[in-house]
Amino acid sequence: MANGHQASGIVAARLPAADIADNFSDLHPAYAPHEAAVAADRCYFCYDAPCMTACPTDIDIPQFIREIQAGHPESAARTILGQNILGGMCARVCPTETLCEEVCVRETAEGKPVEIGRLQRYATDALMAKGEHPFTRAEPTGKRVAVVGAGPAGLSCAHRLAMLGHDVTVCEARKKPGGLNEFGIAAYKSTNDFAAREADWLLKIGGITLETGKALGDGVTLDGLKADHDAVFLSIGLGGVNALRASGEDLPGVRDAVDFIEELRQADDLAALPVGRNVVVIGGGMTAVDAAVQSKLLGAENVTIAYRRSRDAMPASRFEQDLAASRGVKLMFNVMPVAILGDGAVTGVELEYTTVEEGRVRGTGERLTLAADQLFKAIGQTLDGAPDGVALEGGKIAVTGAGRTSVAGVWAGGDCASGGDDLTVTAVAEGRDAAMDIHAALTS
Amino acid sequence: MADLTTEFLGIKSPNPFWLASAPPTDKEYNVRRAFEAGWGGVVWKTLGSEGPPVVNVNGPRYGAIYGADRRLLGLNNIELITDRPLQTNLEEITRVKQDYPDRALIVSLMVPCDEESWKAILPMVEATGADGIELNFGCPHGMAERGMGSAVGQVPEYIQMVTEWCKQYYSKPVIVKLTPNITDIRNPARAAFAGNADAVSLINTINSITSVDLDALAPQPTIDGKGTHGGYCGPAVKPIALNMVAEIARDPATAGKPISAIGGVTTWRDAAEFMVMGAGNVQVCTAAMTYGFKVVQEMISGLSQWMDEKGYAATSDFIGQAVPNVTDWQYLNLNYVAKAKIDQDACIKCGRCYAACEDTSHQAIWMKEGRVFEVNDAECVACNLCVDVCPVEECISMVPMAPGAVDPRTGKVVEAGYANWTTHPNNPAAQAAE
Repeated sequence: MANGHQASGIVAARLPAADIADNFSDLHPAYAPHEAAVAADRCYFCYDAPCMTACPTDIDIPQFIREIQAGHPESAARTILGQNILGGMCARVCPTETLCEEVCVRETAEGKPVEIGRLQRYATDALMAKGEHPFTRAEPTGKRVAVVGAGPAGLSCAHRLAMLGHDVTVCEARKKPGGLNEFGIAAYKSTNDFAAREADWLLKIGGITLETGKALGDGVTLDGLKADHDAVFLSIGLGGVNALRASGEDLPGVRDAVDFIEELRQADDLAALPVGRNVVVIGGGMTAVDAAVQSKLLGAENVTIAYRRSRDAMPASRFEQDLAASRGVKLMFNVMPVAILGDGAVTGVELEYTTVEEGRVRGTGERLTLAADQLFKAIGQTLDGAPDGVALEGGKIAVTGAGRTSVAGVWAGGDCASGGDDLTVTAVAEGRDAAMDIHAALTS
Repeated sequence: MADLTTEFLGIKSPNPFWLASAPPTDKEYNVRRAFEAGWGGVVWKTLGSEGPPVVNVNGPRYGAIYGADRRLLGLNNIELITDRPLQTNLEEITRVKQDYPDRALIVSLMVPCDEESWKAILPMVEATGADGIELNFGCPHGMAERGMGSAVGQVPEYIQMVTEWCKQYYSKPVIVKLTPNITDIRNPARAAFAGNADAVSLINTINSITSVDLDALAPQPTIDGKGTHGGYCGPAVKPIALNMVAEIARDPATAGKPISAIGGVTTWRDAAEFMVMGAGNVQVCTAAMTYGFKVVQEMISGLSQWMDEKGYAATSDFIGQAVPNVTDWQYLNLNYVAKAKIDQDACIKCGRCYAACEDTSHQAIWMKEGRVFEVNDAECVACNLCVDVCPVEECISMVPMAPGAVDPRTGKVVEAGYANWTTHPNNPAAQAAE
């Protein structure tokens, strides 16, 4: 028997298990072959296509769609994966509405872009369903490269290096590879354990040794890695979380959104996962939306996203905002937390309205209080545990060119490195490009 | 509302849309449905001589070519003439004609190429009360191997001979259906009229193999591992049919003779095009086979609206009006100079015009900052390829240059007068301009 939306406190099983399973089904279900054919037929095969330019991994989108049109989704997948080895995940999680699909000429023409993301999924699913790995390794080079962190950047870098004939060791702090793909993205974007399946499939290239449970500082040092390898690639992500700096932040019921999302992603039984009746999420990025929407899908009665700037400034795309609204999440703009209320556990949050003057957020003095028995902080992540001696820039590892750090023989990419949007697809591009640069350095 | 009533060979029909002799007109049930849907006339599927009817294959009879979104553009068939007993067809024709006296009902015929065979069947057809006959000299598969269909249509002497027999033994209009599987359509048309045919209808289907099964390595449609050529029809053949209709319409030997046009008519526009090109009416098959009989309703409303917009009160007002504008290449005005113009507001920046022009034509389109595509008049020869590949209708147009202006491509002043190849200085056979 489900506890219902109105049960007070943070409780599990607010909804029947079947409803929860339904709520967490694929956000963009896979195309059936007919749907893919209809969608692919809409592509105009543009010259120097804008979609291709907008893709951080430069996938030849008109080419792969044409391959789908011509009846070869597997060939389309090879076109995709040659540029982006995590093309399957990117098909699911890329904010296509602000990348390839935003600039599709059919968006200009009809307000309806070719559904590039779903076509990419159709192609990559078709190839992966065959259980084969489409790439083979070059002749061994005898060079050894260490990759720290098995997230999108690390996996992408490792795969490309292995393909080029290098031997790669990947150290991963957690028990599973995948990084944010595995631990940090809304479950409805990566159903059926896709992140883990994709990592397994990627590793089939061979030449990659994955060592889980090994983190920098935990018996692993940059100097040690450098001594044992010809190059090192750092893709350690952002392990820290920003604090609210509001009173009551330590009350039970206050939690980092990334922790909640991770627990949810790793849960065997979502019905057993507790969630509050009144949930407030502080923040305005994808993490905030993922935490808020998933809270609602678990059965929270009221879920509010409180963002301190205006809608236009919100890092989460309009598509994500609309997704949240369609699932019943209330979006509040120009409000910031000033105090978290509660005695023994959070009961509410006091917010202050804001204005933005010359780019700076200022309180107006007017306040309101929202009931909350669970509050998620999603106000950004920070670099945590960067190795000593590596220069930083803006709180991230400083890189130039294709991910070169200040230390010779050490490259970095993904969220931990400076520059680029913190997107899976950007991380994949950075890992791939660093691999090419490492390869050039090792073989010159 | 314009009056769509059409009189063709004295046969009246409420509109110029007839169903062609084909599977949709093989039996009473279909034809009644067609008339109920609004078709102006029907050419009943071809009858053969009395006796055991032909047999069809028991596997696939059709193959197809598709455009985007699996829109059927071309259809090929290997079906033969009716495989039902002659008497059954004749009885059904009689009943249907009685019940639909206001619709045209033509009977298609194909019997062996001897006088006795025609003499035998024609009185039976006459007795049905049908409005006329159409001689199937076009079917390119199966029947041709037996000395009928296109085997007759490819020999003008046979066409004339059989047409004469029909005119001798049958009192009502005789239409001769022509095969396009010949080099010059004018010869069979002249033969038909020399034999006193009342009209020609064209085109029958075109010899074709639509596709090959790459697993079986056999043509499609495939019957137990083998395939054969069939007859091609549908929107893809319309340009071929239009040209053949125009050739007959402007041939001095046949100009002004009645033509019933067939070949890819899908909407009112196709019908209007054939009719201004000299056809007194049109026959339709593939559109009906693709979408059902209801398609005629758009043809009716569309043609009617167009006639109203143009001020045509009757179909006779526009039939053949485009024929004088069909000429030979050598008479085209070489002083006419146009340039492509891209409407920047309509442009969606796909760049297909650029790819087409840059890769395959005259490098006359610039791709500028921000994907702005502009025509370089100094290179543009007005070939129209950019217009043809642009996905947005009317985004690119061909704008004529005013006389007196200088064509930046040639540096020459655009002349106001008319001048063609026959007088051009580059023509070794040029005649001195008067």
